Parts: sequence; structure tokens; C-alpha cells
Amino acid sequence: MIPLSWFLAVAAVLFAIGFYGVLSRRNAIAILMGIELMLNSVNINILAFWRYTQPDQMAGLVFAIIVITVAAAEAAVGLALFIALYRLRTTVNIDEVDLLKG
Amino acid sequence: MALQVIFIIVSLFTLVSALMVVLHRNLFISALFLVASFFGVAVIYLLLEAEFLAVAQILIYIGAIATLIVFAIMLSRGMMTGRTSPYNAQAVWAGLGSVVLGLVLLYVVAFRVQWPVVEQEVPPDAIEQLGRALVGPYVIPFEVASVLLLAALIGAVMIAREREV
Repeated sequence: MIPLSWFLAVAAVLFAIGFYGVLSRRNAIAILMGIELMLNSVNINILAFWRYTQPDQMAGLVFAIIVITVAAAEAAVGLALFIALYRLRTTVNIDEVDLLKG
Repeated sequence: MALQVIFIIVSLFTLVSALMVVLHRNLFISALFLVASFFGVAVIYLLLEAEFLAVAQILIYIGAIATLIVFAIMLSRGMMTGRTSPYNAQAVWAGLGSVVLGLVLLYVVAFRVQWPVVEQEVPPDAIEQLGRALVGPYVIPFEVASVLLLAALIGAVMIAREREV
């Protein structure tokens, strides 16, 4: 059987990769992709803990389904925002969208 | 033993694809690597014996979210090719910070803490139990998720629609 810590290690590295994508990219869509990677790693963690600590309870699976639902909603609204932003400013680079900067 | 080998291959595939997502200059190719990474995560769900979640991952992430992202990239073209740098000014610090974050997470979550693991099989009718749980004890989160999806649907249409000014 695969040890639990292997899953946690993969999820940790995946989270760090997504975090780097969020912090370093200029394009808003690339940032959204980093967020999706982070959500995926969280889901791996949730399912690994479900499988290795209480596989007879359904709470872990329900939690993972809620996370996927929220990720879908977030992606839809986020991409709609980026399309509206592109129409307004003809750019989706977040460091060029600085209207609120004094 | 075979499971461990499959796990290592799949995780390496997932992590390399994820790295390509954040490192590749061309946003469109990033999105394609994102699909590969989602697929690897789905196989990891299968290794965790969460079959329903693996199928949901493929349907929702690859079928819907990846398609949405590709559409958004197409609609906001122009910044797609690498005329300018895809990284912002804090990229070096972001890299350092993420390496530190990854090492701390690895050390604490994966190796330091001894989690209370139980040797237990997944019930053979897990999907049926999941369905009953979603309309039984977890009906409130289920309904909240459906309202959230409806709100996101209406909100996305309202935000992205063409203003007739």
C-alpha cells in the first residue's frame, strides 16, 4: 500500500508550484491556472486523509465535491471578469491594471 | 509494489506538467499542460480509490474549466506570445518564497507529523453511500453548492455581457 506521506508530499509540491504561478505571472489567466493547481493539491490532501483515516465516512468525499464546485464557480466568474477587463483596457496583465494606485 | 511504481510515475508526470504550466512562456501551451496535470491528479484520485471524484475531476476540470480557460486565452489574445516577459518584477522573490513554502509543507505535513492512519478498506458501495450522504446528512452543503453555482452562472453572464452604451 502507498504510504500516506507520499500523497501529502506530492500535494505539498503541487501547492508550492501553484503558489509560484500565482505570485510570479503577469497574465491574469496564468494566475487563475496557478489557483486551480493549488485547489487540486488541496483536494489530493482531502482525499488522502479520507482514504487513510476514515474511509467508511463520506465527509471527505463530500468536502472534495464542494471544493470542485467552488473551483468551477470561481473559474467561471474569474474568466468573465478577465473578458470584461480585456474589453475595457485591452490587456489582462494585472500589473497594467493600476487605476486604484495613487 | 506495482502501485508504488504507478504512483511515482503519475506524480512525476503531474508535477512536471504543473511546472510547465507556471514556467512556459506561451499561455496556450501552459493551458494544455494544465490539462495534462489535471489528468495526472485524476489518476492520483483513482489510486486513492475515489473513483467518483476521479470521473468528476475529468468531467469538470478537463471538460469545463480547461475549456473555459482556453476560450478566455483566445478571447484575450495579443499578450499570448512572448514579446514581453510573462513574469512580473517580484518573480525571483516569489520563486524563493514558494521553494521555502514547499519545503516547510513537505517537512511538517508529510514527514514530521505522524498521522493516525487506520488500515481499513473503502466500502464496496461507497458511491451509493456518497449519494445517500449528499441528500441525507450533507443536504445543506449540497444545496448551498447548487445556489452558489446558480449565482456564479448569472454573475458570469452579467459580467461578461456586452454593454450597450
